[in-house]
Amino acid sequence: MKKLTTLLLMTLLVAGLHAQTKTDLPNVTLKDLNGKDVNISKLSNNGKPIVITFWATWCAPCIKEHNALSDVYDDWQDETGVKIYSVSIDDSRSTAKVKPFVEGKGWDFNVLLDVNSELKRAMNVSNPPHTFLIDGKGKIVYQHTGYLEGAEEELYEEIQKLVK
Amino acid sequence: MFVVYISQSMRKILLSILCLSALGCLSVRAQSLLEGSQVNGSFQIDGQYYMPDAAIDITPESINGKKLGLNGFGKLQYTNGNFSAGLRFEAFLPQMNGFRDELNGVGLANFYASYDDGTIGFTVGDIYDQFGSGMVFRTYEEWSLGMDNSLRGARVVFRPTQGVTIKGVYGRQRYFWAPYLERDFKDSDYRGIVRGVDAEWDLNQSIPSMNDAKFHATLGGSFVSKKQADKSTSLNIPENVCASAARVNLAYGRFAFSTEYAYKINDPSAINNFIYHEGRALLSSLSYSQKGLGVVLQVKRVDNMSFKSMYTAKENDLDINFIPPINYTHTHSLPSMYTYSTQPNGEMAAQFQVNYTIPKGTALGGKYGTKLTFNYSQVNDIVRDSIEFNHAMTLNESGTLGYTSKFFAVSDKVFFRDINFEIDKKISKDWHITAQYINMLYDMETIEGHANAPMVKANIGFVDVTYKINKKQSIRFELQGLWENEVHKGFVYDESEKKDYQKRGDWLAGLIEYSITPHWSFSIGDKWNYGNPVPEYRDHYFSGNLTYIKDATRIMLSGGRQSEGVVCVGGVCRTVPASSGVSLTVSTSF
Repeated sequence: MKKLTTLLLMTLLVAGLHAQTKTDLPNVTLKDLNGKDVNISKLSNNGKPIVITFWATWCAPCIKEHNALSDVYDDWQDETGVKIYSVSIDDSRSTAKVKPFVEGKGWDFNVLLDVNSELKRAMNVSNPPHTFLIDGKGKIVYQHTGYLEGAEEELYEEIQKLVK
Repeated sequence: MFVVYISQSMRKILLSILCLSALGCLSVRAQSLLEGSQVNGSFQIDGQYYMPDAAIDITPESINGKKLGLNGFGKLQYTNGNFSAGLRFEAFLPQMNGFRDELNGVGLANFYASYDDGTIGFTVGDIYDQFGSGMVFRTYEEWSLGMDNSLRGARVVFRPTQGVTIKGVYGRQRYFWAPYLERDFKDSDYRGIVRGVDAEWDLNQSIPSMNDAKFHATLGGSFVSKKQADKSTSLNIPENVCASAARVNLAYGRFAFSTEYAYKINDPSAINNFIYHEGRALLSSLSYSQKGLGVVLQVKRVDNMSFKSMYTAKENDLDINFIPPINYTHTHSLPSMYTYSTQPNGEMAAQFQVNYTIPKGTALGGKYGTKLTFNYSQVNDIVRDSIEFNHAMTLNESGTLGYTSKFFAVSDKVFFRDINFEIDKKISKDWHITAQYINMLYDMETIEGHANAPMVKANIGFVDVTYKINKKQSIRFELQGLWENEVHKGFVYDESEKKDYQKRGDWLAGLIEYSITPHWSFSIGDKWNYGNPVPEYRDHYFSGNLTYIKDATRIMLSGGRQSEGVVCVGGVCRTVPASSGVSLTVSTSF
């Protein structure tokens, strides 16, 4: 048993070592809250950083993270020009609820609907919340899973590194 | 036997290692040869060590003599411009308690290769896709629940002009580890071929003058069929069953409306008691949103819409479609003990939700604003009228048309009702509070198939308070209560029914979580079934949890008792038995 597990782990680690290059955003098209198509690989913010964060209406830590990001978003935008894309992985049980939910909470992010987890799979997200930071060239430079109180500060430090 | 088993799995592992290293080498070579080649992936291992615990009925027999359960997966993806390929390796050695026995094993569960240049796209291998809201076709995986109904075959996507998408899929669904080729099938492996096409037309994107219009419209339609073999000796099972659906999404300014109607021809199956009734489903939503206020109303009617690629399949096995439950999805453990799941044989559902933020700077809004949520949802049965068959009136008799049902008629039988109100408030820079009250009605007999289990009528509440000690440290308290008054009234049970009352009655739960951002979190909690009508079930469920997070890696060690209940992720729920022991989760992505 142990041997099997170790083998499985090692194989994946070895495979992982090959993947040290910075990854591009995947070629996946999602709809925004107004029904417009958005191709993820073509996201751009005029050379400024982009944050992509995965969440769901049923995920309590995600909502905490979004509330925390919402409180600081104006300041972050003024200081670094960062743009936040918030990807809802709610499936068709809640698709129609996402827009009223987001507006009702007063969040200002660009919200995208990943109704069948296509982007979630392409970006290897296992559980929400999961946050990615993308540099001005469209490469993923940092990612973080889970949300602990105040974790947005660490993300902001990474964003600041990019704009310096 | 055991030796053979190990050597076979070893061979599979070695084979996979070869595949992985080949892919790895390929990527290294590709990186030097071709600019733009990338490899990424993820893996997760959940292990559980079981300890017998007679108080909650965990005995060596009930866990099948199993000491250890291990679920793991590893996934790799290769991309280069418009081309991508990937594979997912899964291991259940053996599967953890509460997962299906059929999962036991190791192997390459999923692989695909795909090319998409924006106009045309091809995928061969294991396909995940969804047509409209999924009522006639949806393949997806929820690894944490042991669910995967992917289609092994091919998919074509064609976008002839801006705003028009046409998709076609063809293949056979995953059924645990069953082989995909008919010649390798044992009887229990049998399932049919699934074929489907879907077209969607976004008027605003295809008509230039409507590009920036306030009015937005999308139309869509799908057609799906399964080809299955008739293995029945008593009934004449249709070998081709088709289903179709049409949908419209409209938006005007702050209003949005969407609706989808699905129809399926007669499809006698184990789920509908082999009746030849047609299937119908309707799902409609209307919403209004402006900054600080969101309102949504949804209605749904389902009549005999279970659609599986084998007519003998049960539970969630081999589902071709997905009929979404539309009620509120709860975030805390006591309210989510009773989670509704769609009744594919028939239901009438409605839900209404308001999200409102009392603005900052007002008397009630305070410095940070106050967020309120109200939700009402209810699901009733449909009305079924008996039909004449062989000069007698029958209802839901197998081999007949089953029943007739008026489209708008609602039965008095309530499956589920949930009325809840939530307040979410940041009080000061350091304090944050969330509180919710829930009034719930849950027909356990229908939803969980517990014969004669009394209806759950519960009042539930929780308070969740977070205090930020300083920039790095915070502490969170959670207090929950569930009160089920009626189960105590005139309560009599005989010894044989006692099991039906496990987890019933009143509960209290508390949790304290201490976190040091960004890496550590430690929590201890207890759930106490103090008001169970059966005195010997008044148990404590202590648990502790230590989590370490670094970037995209999470390591979680937990121990204690888990009560029997429904675990829901992403709208799909699975019943897990009570368990006791230590578990470890390691997950990462790169």
